[in-house]
Amino acid sequence: MSLRKLTTAVSMAALITGTAHAAQTDITVGLQLEPPHLDPTSAAAGAIDQVVYSNIFEGLTRFGSDGSVNPGLASSWDISEDGLTWTFHLVEGVKFHDGTDFEATDVVFSLDRARAEDSVNAQKALFEGIESVDAVDAHTVKITLSAPNGNFLFNLAWGDAVIVAPESIETITTKPVGTGAFTFANWVQGDAITITRNADYWGDAPALESATFKFISEPSAAFNAVMAEDVDAFSGFPAPENLALFEADPRFQVLVGSTEGETILSTNNKMPPFDNVKVREALAHAIDRQAIIDGAMFGFGTPIGTHFAPHNPDYVDLTGGSEYDPDKARALLAEAGFADGFTTTLKLPPPSYARRGGEIIAAQLRDVGIETEITNLEWAQWLEEVFRGKDFGLTIVSHTEPFDIGIYARPEYYFQYDNADFQALMDDLTAETDPAKRSEMVATAQKTISGDYVNGYLFQLASLSVANAKIQGLWANAPTQATDLTGVSWTD
Amino acid sequence: MLRYILKRLQALLISLVVASLVIFSAVEIVPGDPASFMLGINAQEDTIMALREQLGLNVSLTQRYFTWVTGMIQGDFGTSYTYRTPVSDMISERMVISLPLAIYALTLSTLIAFPAGIIAATRRGSVADVSVMGVTQLGVAIPNFWFAMLMVVVFAINLRWFSAGGFPGWDAGFFAAMKALTLPAIALALPQASILARVMRSSLLDTLSEDFIRTARAKGLTRRQTLWRHALRNALIPVLTIIGLQFAFLLAGGIIIEKVFFLPGLGQLIFQAITQRDLIVVESVVMLLVFAVILVNFTVDLAYGLADPRLRRSR
Repeated sequence: MSLRKLTTAVSMAALITGTAHAAQTDITVGLQLEPPHLDPTSAAAGAIDQVVYSNIFEGLTRFGSDGSVNPGLASSWDISEDGLTWTFHLVEGVKFHDGTDFEATDVVFSLDRARAEDSVNAQKALFEGIESVDAVDAHTVKITLSAPNGNFLFNLAWGDAVIVAPESIETITTKPVGTGAFTFANWVQGDAITITRNADYWGDAPALESATFKFISEPSAAFNAVMAEDVDAFSGFPAPENLALFEADPRFQVLVGSTEGETILSTNNKMPPFDNVKVREALAHAIDRQAIIDGAMFGFGTPIGTHFAPHNPDYVDLTGGSEYDPDKARALLAEAGFADGFTTTLKLPPPSYARRGGEIIAAQLRDVGIETEITNLEWAQWLEEVFRGKDFGLTIVSHTEPFDIGIYARPEYYFQYDNADFQALMDDLTAETDPAKRSEMVATAQKTISGDYVNGYLFQLASLSVANAKIQGLWANAPTQATDLTGVSWTD
Repeated sequence: MLRYILKRLQALLISLVVASLVIFSAVEIVPGDPASFMLGINAQEDTIMALREQLGLNVSLTQRYFTWVTGMIQGDFGTSYTYRTPVSDMISERMVISLPLAIYALTLSTLIAFPAGIIAATRRGSVADVSVMGVTQLGVAIPNFWFAMLMVVVFAINLRWFSAGGFPGWDAGFFAAMKALTLPAIALALPQASILARVMRSSLLDTLSEDFIRTARAKGLTRRQTLWRHALRNALIPVLTIIGLQFAFLLAGGIIIEKVFFLPGLGQLIFQAITQRDLIVVESVVMLLVFAVILVNFTVDLAYGLADPRLRRSR
């Protein structure tokens, strides 16, 4: 080896060890579900938001990891006295990833598209109260509402309300162009999506230079991928039974947080005998929530007594009103004229909370005399039969949308709860902007549906993630389905 | 001969039409709507209707069938409902994994099965034969996904020689890509090799007891010469038939192995498309597979015709 070669080799070696000491700037994050496409404004799939929310696309407001609503592309806003006119002041100097300027017209375009007649926005209801959206100047937008809306800033923070550009809307499903801290780089369908740091980002530059989302649907394969360190983190880890193994391993950290997913034993309120409130009350007392959490979720999950997230400051703990008491359940059934019990259907969608939980609930119901015929359904079938066809007695499903107690005001919604007082209360709540009064109304709403035993309220789904111990800044909670990487970094 | 070819060709076309009808109706009968799947449980009915309109689902079944078929004739497999990309692109992206994986697995299984089968047949009753029979018995019995998981635990998690799964793409280099396919190929090859070795053994044993083998021996050929020149060639015909069948299976049938190793192959594509009610993808992929099988059969028919003049003449 000549001297020159030797020095080259030595300096190369120094270079390699040098870079090894600098903190890593790329990350591979495992996700269970692959998004069907990358437009968060035209599909309900949480998998889309998991990749693009806050990373690629931003809205006027955005969710923080604690569920708070913070300024996003709108730096501030003024609300008129009557609560009908909202003036948003946009951040200046923001560019879309294709180099075009972000201006008020983009906001007008995005919101008009979402609320249009032929809109395919999965959460179109979020935009229902909007009367008009106007660009005052390049950086000011005026939104006029038909009625005051205390939820408006919250609604605008959803992934379905992000700002898109008319220039790139045609190809948004495969080449998303947003204003976020990361730009879309590559998608190997069925395998992975890569995003890279946006050098022109208007806000604080992220620590990561690139991130790869890898899609691994099989729980055992997910476990293997983390163990073999093929992925640096796994957001929404699908195998709770294995978390103890990661906790015991110093290479990993386990993040247990909250989600917006109320897991409920949905009950067809129009179908006899569930149209009898006594029967629904009996159902509530027949269920041992902790046994379901332990058996189906390996202990992860918080018992709930109503359709509301326990980490929300307005949450009221109503689990006491439906405590596990099989004797009381039998007595209530007898009172309702079903001393010998009855038979009903229990239709279960694919997630393990439903399939495992369903077996446990079936056993608990059998104990008080209610026989269930269990049918396992795929999601598409479930949507067709249960959700749209309303052909079911009982089903188990997690409602993952944030602050979705409003579904109880829709009598045509699949569990068919029709209570005029509750519907009026929800209308009042939407129009109310005073925080104290809103809290009070939200509490009343929770008590109403709990007191009517509309559904069996089981538990709040936990957000479970596993990550390399050296990673910081990952969201433990999931206030919306997102994997916000803007604040994520390696510690050394 | 021309008449024979035309007859075969006619049969091929009829099979294709029948297959397309069966596939289309079977898939469309399945309950579930792609639009409502996409929009989830907060969607309003009018939004679902708007999406159905956009996806072209609001036309009659017959109209959709004809659009699909005429599209395919022109080489257009349609656009996926959920991914919104051309189905043909999706298929070719998956093919670059599924096809090499199937070939890799088949090569491995042949390399294992041929020597094992030959040794077992020529030394019938020996220790070698008994052990081949024992091991292949196990190979058929062991579920390949279990074996795959076992390999992941040993080679990926404990020894760290391989990744636990995934595919880096051919851009990452030939060896990196082949390395990623190695554990899945072994898992797929194990049961196939076991079956193949057993078929090889029994077929060779049958051939070895034929009269012409005795004649060959009598005319002074050694055991080895008889085996290589006469027995093996004749014994190979049923073996090749099995290999052909296995290849068709491996192309899309390795779905469980694809799941274990999270490989984005053809099997996963079909599975995903079915759960998402991406009907057009299911229909087109299945149709393509049917076409491949029918085409292979057609070629085989032609080859038979060439080889055996009697087939040509019989009507």
